[in-house]
Amino acid sequence: MLELRDIFKTYDNQPLLRGISFSVSQGETVCLLGASGSGKSTLLRMIAGLENPERGRILFNGADLAQTPTHLRDFGLVFQDYGLFPHLNIFDNVAFGLKMRNLPTAEISLRVAALLEKVNLTGFETRKVTDLSGGEQQRVALARALAPRPRLLMFDEPLGALDRTLKESLLQEIRAILHETKIPVIYVTHDQDEAFAIADRILLLRDGEIVRVGTPAEVWSNPGSAWAAKFLDAGNVIEGKMQNEECGMQNVVTAFGEFPVNCSHKHAAGDKVSLLVKQSGEGQEIKFKVEEILFKRNQFEARGAGLVFQMDKAPALGQIIKVKVEVKCLA
Amino acid sequence: MQNTINSPTKKIGLRACLSANLRIFLWLPTLLFLIYFFFYPLTRILNLTFSPATFTNPNNLLITFHSLLFTFYQAALSTLLTFALGIPSAVLFSRFDFRGKSLLRALTAVPFMLPTVVVASSFNALFGNHGWLNVERLTFNVSPSPFVLILAAHVFYNTTIVIRIVGNTLSRLDPKLEAAARSLGADSFRVWKNITLPLLRPSLLAAALLVFMFDFTSFGVILLLGGSNFSTLEVEIYIRALKLPNLPLAAMLSVIQLLFTLIFSILYTRAINQVATQTAPRFSAARPPKSLRESAFVFTVYCLLFTFFLLPLLSLPLRSLTRLEADRGQRGEVQYGFTTDYYKELFINQRGSLFYVPPIQAAKNSLGYAGLTVFLSLALGYPAAYALAKPTRLEKFLDPLIMLPLGASAVMLGLGFILSFGRALASPFFVPIAHTLIALPFVIRALQPALASIPERLRQAAAMLGASPFRVWQTVDFPILSRATFSAATFAFTVSLGEFGATLLLTRPEYPTIPIAIQRFLSQPGGLNFGQAMAMATLLMLLTLVSILFIERTRLSDII
Repeated sequence: MLELRDIFKTYDNQPLLRGISFSVSQGETVCLLGASGSGKSTLLRMIAGLENPERGRILFNGADLAQTPTHLRDFGLVFQDYGLFPHLNIFDNVAFGLKMRNLPTAEISLRVAALLEKVNLTGFETRKVTDLSGGEQQRVALARALAPRPRLLMFDEPLGALDRTLKESLLQEIRAILHETKIPVIYVTHDQDEAFAIADRILLLRDGEIVRVGTPAEVWSNPGSAWAAKFLDAGNVIEGKMQNEECGMQNVVTAFGEFPVNCSHKHAAGDKVSLLVKQSGEGQEIKFKVEEILFKRNQFEARGAGLVFQMDKAPALGQIIKVKVEVKCLA
Repeated sequence: MQNTINSPTKKIGLRACLSANLRIFLWLPTLLFLIYFFFYPLTRILNLTFSPATFTNPNNLLITFHSLLFTFYQAALSTLLTFALGIPSAVLFSRFDFRGKSLLRALTAVPFMLPTVVVASSFNALFGNHGWLNVERLTFNVSPSPFVLILAAHVFYNTTIVIRIVGNTLSRLDPKLEAAARSLGADSFRVWKNITLPLLRPSLLAAALLVFMFDFTSFGVILLLGGSNFSTLEVEIYIRALKLPNLPLAAMLSVIQLLFTLIFSILYTRAINQVATQTAPRFSAARPPKSLRESAFVFTVYCLLFTFFLLPLLSLPLRSLTRLEADRGQRGEVQYGFTTDYYKELFINQRGSLFYVPPIQAAKNSLGYAGLTVFLSLALGYPAAYALAKPTRLEKFLDPLIMLPLGASAVMLGLGFILSFGRALASPFFVPIAHTLIALPFVIRALQPALASIPERLRQAAAMLGASPFRVWQTVDFPILSRATFSAATFAFTVSLGEFGATLLLTRPEYPTIPIAIQRFLSQPGGLNFGQAMAMATLLMLLTLVSILFIERTRLSDII
C-alpha cells in the first residue's frame, strides 16, 4: 500500500534522513523505533504531506503522492500532545474530518457516537477539551483521526506524555482498535516496550538510516549491531577478538573467556567483534564477580565487570558466580 | 544584638504596628490629591451636565449628535485601516524570520510612545503644506486631504497594538493544530476559517477595541492635522471650553466621552482576559520564508512597513534642518538647502512674535513641569504603591479609584480644572498637577509589581548570610526597586513632556510648553514658523526617544 523509496532530507545542513525505504501493507502495523532526533517524526510529516523530501518518492497503491496536498491524502495523524482544537468541544473535534468531507449531519452524529463508544468516551460530546485528562484527550485524538476512515493511520509518540499505567492500558486499547479496523499503521516511538507491544514489524532507525527490520521477536533475539542491542536493552554486549577458524566455527577471545560463535559474515583473524550475551537455561558458562546487587520486582539484579544478570536469589557481594548464557555474534 | 536585629518577630511586629496606625498615611495623600483634583472637578462637570437647561437645548443636542457620529465614523475607519496594515504585519512578525526583524519591530513600536504633537508634526513635515511632498520647488505636489492625514496618523500610531496582541497569539498558536486540520481534510481556506480565525477571535476583538478606543479619544492628531473643522468629541470639548465658550455643552460632551471610554475599557479587559486564558504555551512558529509566494509576501510587507514608519520619522528632523521655501515676506536672496536657522530662531525673542519670551523658554518650561510631575507622582505614587503591593481590604478599593483618571481624557481634565479652579488657573502649577493625574496610574502600576515581587525569602536569606538590615535594603530591595523607580520616573517625565490636551486648556500664554509652542507655530503661516515647529518637534522627539530607550533598558517585563 504505502511505499517509501530512498527518502533523503537535511535539516540545518545536517543530513537527517539518508535513503529511507520501506513499505507498509494492508492491516499491518509498522513501528519506527529510534532515539529522539533520529528523524522519525520528520518522516511522518513527509508521509502526511506537511513536509517534502529532498529526494526519493512516496507512493500509495503505486501512485506518487508528491503532487497530492495533505488534505487530499486521506491519512490520519495522532500527535504526542494530542493537537485537539481548543475552541471546539469533543463532538466537533471528532466530527471535524467528517465535516471537511461534507457528510450529512445525521451520518456525522452516528459516526461520532460510534467512535466515542469505541474509545470509551460515550457522553463526552459537549465537554470541553481542556476539561479532559491526558489519557482522555489522547482517546479523543484517536477517535478524531479514525473518524474519516483514513487509508493510513500514523501515530507520533502518542503515549509519550502519559504516565506508565495509563500508557499500558491505552496501548491495549489502541492495539484492539487497530486489529479491528485493519487500517495500515505507522507508529513512531522511542520506547522499545511500546514498539514491541504494538508492532507487526519494527524498523530500527539510527542517524537517519534503517539499521534493522524484523518482527519484534526477530529484532529482539538478533538486534544485528552492538548499538541496537544496547538501545533495545536486549542483553549484555561484550567485545572480543576473532581467532582463526577451526572446524567451521570461529572462536572469539574475550575478557570472560573464549566463545565459539557463528557470525553472519566472515571475519579475519584479529578482527574486533561485539558479542551479545543473553542469560539462558543452557549453553556456555560465564564467570564474574558481583560488585553490586539491585532488587528489581521479584528478582535480584547482579552487576559486575560490566555485565548485568537476573538472579532468583540474592548473591553475596564479592562472590564469583557462574551464569549460563547464549553467546551471539553481532553483525 | 545581632539576634534581635535579624529575628523575624521584630520585623513582623514593626509591620503590624505600621499597618495598624501608619499605613493610612501611605495612601491618604494620594486619595486626597485625587479627591481634590479629579473627583471634585468631575462632580462640577456632572453638575453642569445634569441640569435640565443643558440637555434640553436642541442646539446642544444637535452638536453632540454630529460630533458623536463623526467620532465613531473616523474611529471605525481608522481601526479598519489599522487592521488592514496590522494583520499582514502580525503575520509577518509571528510566522517569519528575516534579517532586521527586531529593528523593524522596534520601528513600528516607536510611534505609539511618541507625543501626539510629534506625530502630527512628522506627518506635516511629509505631507503638510510646507512638507517635503508639497513644496512648490519640488514637483511632487501630493496633497492628501487633512482627513486622510488623520487616518494615516492613527494607523501610524496603533498598528503596533495589532502586531503585539494579534501577533503574540498567532505566534503562540500550536502549529500542530493546523497540521491536524490539514490531515483531516481541511484545505488552506478551511484551516483559516475553522481553526486559525476562531482561535484568533479574542485577540482580534481585544486589539480592535483598544485601537478603536485610542482613535475615539484621539485629540492632538486631529486638531493639529485637521483643525477645528474635524469636530470629534474631544475637539468639540476643546472648542466649547475655550474658543466658543459653552461650558455646559463641553461638560455634557465630556461625560459622554467618559461613558464610552469606560464601556470600551470594560469590554477590552474582558477580551484580553480571554486571550490570556486561551494561549498558554509558547511555540516558535517563525521561520525563514520558503516558497516564492512567502518571500514575496515578506518582502512586500517589509518594504511597506519600513517606508510607512520610517518616512515620517525621518522627514521631521530632516525638514527641521532644510530650507525648502522663503520665510514669510522674504524676497530676493534666499538660501535653500541645509540650514540651522530654525534652531537659532528658537533662542531669539522676536518683536511681534507668538510669545512674549524666546521660544526656547517653552523647552525650559516643559522641563520644569516635567521635573515637578516626576517629583509629585513619585512622592504620591511610592507610598500608594507600597500600600497596594500588599493591600488590606480597604486599600483594595483604592486601586480602581487611582486608575479612573485614565478613563478621563486629557481635555476633560483640563475642562474640570477650568470649572473648578477658574480664577486660580493663573498659577502655572496646575499644569504639572494635571500631568501628575495622568502619570500617576502608570507610576503606581510600574512600582507596585516591583514592590510586591521582592520575596520575603530573599531578605531572610540575605539576613541569614549576615547582612544587617541596611545591607539587606542595599543589596536586595534597592537594586530591584531602583530599576522600577527609574522607569516610572522616566515615564512620568515623558508623559509630562508630550502632554498636549490638558495643557492646551490650562496653560497661560506666557508659560508655553514645547507641545503648545509647536501647535502655535503650526497654526501660523510662513516658512519660518513651520521650520521652528519642525525644530521644536525634533527636540521633543529626541527627548522622548532617549526616554524610551531608558525605559526599555530598565523595564522588568513585557507589559501590554
